[in-house]
Amino acid sequence: MSYEATFRVWRGDAEGGELTDFQVEVNDGEVVLDVVHRIQATQAPDLAVRWNCKAGKCGSCSAEINGRPRLMCMTRMSTLPPDETVTITPMRTFPVLRDLVTDVGFNYQKAREIPSFIPPQGVKPGEYRMQQEDVNRSQEFRKCIECFLCQNTCHVVRDHEENKPAFAGPRFLMRVAELDMHPLDAAADSGLDRKATAQEEHGLGYCNITKCCTEVCPEGIKITDNALIPLKERAVDRKYDPLVWLGSKIGLRRG
Amino acid sequence: MTTETRPPEAADSTGRGVHSPGRAAIAQRHLRLDRWWLPQVMTAAGLLLFIGYSTWRAFFGLHTSYAAPYVSPFYSPCLAANCPKMDGGADWALFGGWWSLSPALIVLIFPLGFRLTCYYYRKAYYRSFWSSPPACAVAEPHAKYSGETRFPLILQNIHRYFFYVAIPVAGILTWDAILGFRDPQGHWGHMGLGTLVLLVNVSLIWAYTASCHSCRHIVGGRLRHFSKHPVRYRMWTWVSKLNARHMQLAWASLFSVGLADLYVYLLASGAFSDPRFF
Repeated sequence: MSYEATFRVWRGDAEGGELTDFQVEVNDGEVVLDVVHRIQATQAPDLAVRWNCKAGKCGSCSAEINGRPRLMCMTRMSTLPPDETVTITPMRTFPVLRDLVTDVGFNYQKAREIPSFIPPQGVKPGEYRMQQEDVNRSQEFRKCIECFLCQNTCHVVRDHEENKPAFAGPRFLMRVAELDMHPLDAAADSGLDRKATAQEEHGLGYCNITKCCTEVCPEGIKITDNALIPLKERAVDRKYDPLVWLGSKIGLRRG
Repeated sequence: MTTETRPPEAADSTGRGVHSPGRAAIAQRHLRLDRWWLPQVMTAAGLLLFIGYSTWRAFFGLHTSYAAPYVSPFYSPCLAANCPKMDGGADWALFGGWWSLSPALIVLIFPLGFRLTCYYYRKAYYRSFWSSPPACAVAEPHAKYSGETRFPLILQNIHRYFFYVAIPVAGILTWDAILGFRDPQGHWGHMGLGTLVLLVNVSLIWAYTASCHSCRHIVGGRLRHFSKHPVRYRMWTWVSKLNARHMQLAWASLFSVGLADLYVYLLASGAFSDPRFF
């Protein structure tokens, strides 16, 4: 079955823009990205849209559909009322380049600020041995496709541009958590305390755990419950719990 | 968290947030079409209902806080000399006779602190009462935001201390529920509807307490090598299963504690008699 839908797509660049209406055919089984491609093919050949896999695995086609951060390729048209206008805008946290394409360089800058995995001494690549239960938590975070929808929806930077220098955002705090939970990461041996730097350098305290990152994650990663809150608790271990501090000093507490 | 609030119109004209220079020029603060405000309104209504009821009961409920053999969870343990005599219960006059206010106020500060710093309730009231954010991808009305980086909200980090205190409090409420297996004269081997009410309440309180994120961290989440700590790993997996239901348990235990108190109030005020099972 086909029907005629009204799409309202934001068109413009950093200088300005507006929502432009399109009447476009929608067919059974299509997703929003299919319809955007039809607009591009039939009505607006210069419409800029970033996409790649069309399977929810590359994280390219992030946008906001009816005001909700979504992947266009994973949003079925059947989930949207056929009689309602579908509004598509670029992600509203990042600078727009053109139409639906934004400059997500903020995220790559934040990625570079996170110290990477530090190999353990005396274990060569290929000799790493880990128990499955020790890597389960990190493996959940490795499902991230870096669509940056969590970064986009996080009000800390979405509503407060001035916080961008101080706040890494949920995706990269999750990266800190992943490394801090990694059974072979030797950061502590090299003098890097990821728990402390999460708070002092990556802005963990800005997170007020309102779970929007978890709500929008297309991979279903429990970012708040499994990464951000555990990381906050680890920071509490270091900075606010005298019992844990005392235990670590007298050698009773080691991970 | 935030220090300044401006109306949305002013927010639009100042070029902040989603209207910052360089971002897509869209006049609306959000484009959501769904009823994004409904969960926040329901959350606020639920919390305000409980706050109103518990405040009334905490300040003015002393004389209807005990209906043998049941004690209201708001008044246990009762630590002032003006507590009713609870046969076998936790009426320990640790504060002596100088405390003239309701004894509930001494104890309720701990469960209040536990819930106030709880990771779920934080989300609930940040969204519902402070609009920070009102909903996902809905612009908040505040001009500045420092989150939990500074006083007073940095104090949210003491949640685990309230968790430590919540354990003995839950233990005392468990004992209160066990005391419910008596008749009003104090003979064991009886049970009434009130016993069931207290048992359900204390079960939900234990489930909520055990599902706490701090509990999850303490029992095993802080470890890097689960394989070296199989018992703690097993406990962590159990707590994690409960933790996934933390929101539901938070609400269920909140209402159960209110209903348990209401039940004792109704018995103590003579509204009806406790149906006895045996």
